[in-house]
Amino acid sequence: MKKLFGHPESLERIQTKYCAGCGHGVIHRLITELIDEMGIRGHTVITNPVGCSIWADLYFKFDSVQPPHGRTPAAATGIKRLLPDHLVICYQGDGDLAAIGTAEIIHAANRGEKFTTIFVNNAIYGMTGGQMAPTTLVGQKAATAPLGRDPVEAGMGYPIRVSELLSQLEGTRYIARGAVDTPANVRKTKSYIRKAFQAQMSGVGFTMVEILSPCPTNWGMSPVDAIDWLQNNMIPFYHLGEIKNQLEAVSASVPKEAAK
Amino acid sequence: MSVAEEKKLMKGNEAMAEAALRAGCRAYFGYPITPQNELIAYMARHMLERGRVFIQAESEIAAVNMVYGAASTGARAMTSSSSPGISLKQEGISYAAGADMPIVVANVVRAGPGLGAIAPSQGDYFQSTRGGGHGDYYCIVLAPKSVQEAADLTYLAFDLADKWRVPVILQADGMIGQMMEGVVLPPERPLDSLPKKDWAVGGMEASRREPNHITSIDLVPESFEKKIRARFERYAKIKAEEVRFESVSCGYDEMDVSGGTGAGTGTGTGTGKAGCSAEDAELVLVAYGTSARVCLGARKLAEKEGIKLGLFRPVTLWPFPEKELARVSANGKPMLVVEMSMGQMVEDVKLSTLGKCPVHFLGRVGGVIPTEEEVFAEVRRILGR
Repeated sequence: MKKLFGHPESLERIQTKYCAGCGHGVIHRLITELIDEMGIRGHTVITNPVGCSIWADLYFKFDSVQPPHGRTPAAATGIKRLLPDHLVICYQGDGDLAAIGTAEIIHAANRGEKFTTIFVNNAIYGMTGGQMAPTTLVGQKAATAPLGRDPVEAGMGYPIRVSELLSQLEGTRYIARGAVDTPANVRKTKSYIRKAFQAQMSGVGFTMVEILSPCPTNWGMSPVDAIDWLQNNMIPFYHLGEIKNQLEAVSASVPKEAAK
Repeated sequence: MSVAEEKKLMKGNEAMAEAALRAGCRAYFGYPITPQNELIAYMARHMLERGRVFIQAESEIAAVNMVYGAASTGARAMTSSSSPGISLKQEGISYAAGADMPIVVANVVRAGPGLGAIAPSQGDYFQSTRGGGHGDYYCIVLAPKSVQEAADLTYLAFDLADKWRVPVILQADGMIGQMMEGVVLPPERPLDSLPKKDWAVGGMEASRREPNHITSIDLVPESFEKKIRARFERYAKIKAEEVRFESVSCGYDEMDVSGGTGAGTGTGTGTGKAGCSAEDAELVLVAYGTSARVCLGARKLAEKEGIKLGLFRPVTLWPFPEKELARVSANGKPMLVVEMSMGQMVEDVKLSTLGKCPVHFLGRVGGVIPTEEEVFAEVRRILGR
């Protein structure tokens, strides 16, 4: 008899430290399901960022490296260059990727580093207690924007659409934005991650999946309200879908390279 | 030295790069900064040619974290920079120390603070010997005095990093990096002869092991304290086994340049060779790197005048040869510490000698290199001769 559904082998069977309604658990599940499906647990390395998702050593049953805050793409660069046949996952939050590590992500993407970035965008700093993130929406309240993000008077700037920004760079091959608010979007997000992982394993350039994810604790609402808030506020600003997909064009132009 | 070994004329920066290649460095990541630019340029030419990894990173911060990532796969990896860039690398060095990653960082020191000057300096002694970044840790710090030693110590740095799982800092200065001298290069290490690392990431399937997690985090105070204490036990062993210095006429018999730890000349290790036949040096000069070379010249000037001087030259700035220097100080003869700084190593000299002898200091800064004449003049002033 074939087992159709179960706990992923690549994911430890423990309760996570994540808050109720947090998206990280779902995203971890998607990643580990795909690793199992692709049968590459023994050929995977994840770099886990400073922030809530720092606990790769607790949750993932494959190798991990924990770099300094924001340097995740730099460390992933070093790892992937030395282990080109491995799946290297650069897991980042919005503070890690879009604030302190802006230089690292832009240049890794521009060099066309052949790892996959999983960019978890919850529009807030989670672990440190709800401070304003680069992706915090205009008017959204945060510990460091108590009256809401005010781009003009208070000079807090505007939320950054990182995926659109990175899609301008020639080294990027596949960039998509999903969300984990509904079963349909979870499945769609999984399909984006699958494409990115498969593209990575066939040796094309930089791939990234941004995932809109709720943070009920720091948004100050219930998990159910947080899903509503994500749908009514984040998705209208951060449009879902494939933002850049050059996978077919690339695999058609360099079939031998990709086949290696 | 065997006859087959060819002597080459090279800049210190190039010698460090070539020695790193021969030591089996599989990945180099750097960012341009004077006066170490020949090193990154040499690596650009020769790493790619050998099918190894070379990246000109977007910053020193990115470069050191690429090294961290590469080292976590078990590969020998290196970055290089000069003082302002080394300040930026301290974050990565602290993480490497906290995750027990063997990385090699060359610092071709220039004068600071701030942007300062591009001329040689020894002003980064405090930074490199006291950890440099945040937290409780040390790096092994190797200080070459010549192009030959720059090559030998680079070669050694990779071995020490692997052996002890610590970051190793090559502390040269603008003079050592820029000057050309004859150098006999160490032999090429076949990559498959390098130490295997069972803690590295990658190849989990082939080795049929449990996952390896490279991390420096531990939020449980008692557990974290245990890890730090274990690391310091390792540091105690490093202090016992890896102290290197050169001693000329200051109490230790000629254990210096003939010791031979690397290829070519090598450097003497102090361990187990304390032949202590106290010589009649009237004063002992204490200096490392470029200022030690100046002191050798001052010693010759003194000899002509019938004044015998000793020279004690730490090669490992950490671990500092504190016991050895303490023995030298036992006879109470004065010491003169010469540095291209306002006085940094002199603090370690005082801590090592604990008031058993007078410790004097001569420092030049801002990129100024002391002359043999001014060192000798200071010696005369101290001795009243």
